[in-house]
Amino acid sequence: MGDDDAWRELVDRFSRYVYAIAVQGFRLGQQDAEDVFQDVFARVYERLDSLRDDEAVRPWIAQLTRRVCIDRLRSGSRESDADLDELPELPAEDSLTALEEAFDVHEAMAELPENCQVILDRFFARDESYRTIGDTLGLPAGTIASRISRCLDKLRDAFDGRNPPPTPSGGQVT
Amino acid sequence: MSNYDHEQLSRLIGMLPPAPEAWVQAAQELPAARRGLDQLVARAEADAAFRAEVLADLERALQAEGVEPQPRVVAELRRLLADD
Repeated sequence: MGDDDAWRELVDRFSRYVYAIAVQGFRLGQQDAEDVFQDVFARVYERLDSLRDDEAVRPWIAQLTRRVCIDRLRSGSRESDADLDELPELPAEDSLTALEEAFDVHEAMAELPENCQVILDRFFARDESYRTIGDTLGLPAGTIASRISRCLDKLRDAFDGRNPPPTPSGGQVT
Repeated sequence: MSNYDHEQLSRLIGMLPPAPEAWVQAAQELPAARRGLDQLVARAEADAAFRAEVLADLERALQAEGVEPQPRVVAELRRLLADD
């Protein structure tokens, strides 16, 4: 895979996550969120060579996005003559943790057959109706609900495969 | 026994809607945009007449280089030429 293709894939993989941190986590407006989004990816691009460990990329992008969001909120406070010592309202840690969990689920979704990825994404993340999904995919609308249910079963299996639930003995393996 | 039921999984899927397509596309085109900017700036450094031409119409210069003249890219080109 060429560098440009690898870069496109990286942007594709993390775009929702960065967007969600800015818009849901930090509740930025669209203009600020777009600036944060482009700034984050510009900085990732500049530093990518120093990050060859795939495991390190995600926490680094998450931390970078948080920092850029905070900088944006602070600069907004300065422009509005707010008290400079007053920190902008930061998101609850719970909401950011939930976004990390959501990212894990999307990573597991990427392992599913493509038709499952498309149906789950269209219904739950894009809020499309059974009819719209059926029309787009050439499927009877009446079958979409059962397909969604089967795909969620597959997703649960894929997710558990990546994140095994704790055993009753507390995770001890003897 | 899984930690997650259908309701929890569907809620978590819904928490990450797609980012606006134009934002994603602009980020994906970053390497090409950087290459185009570098080439323009290098030529502008070597050729004063070309530099004046670029400064006169930044958008057109970018388009001629095959780079989408998004406001962010235009601003970056202006900054780079000012730094010359």
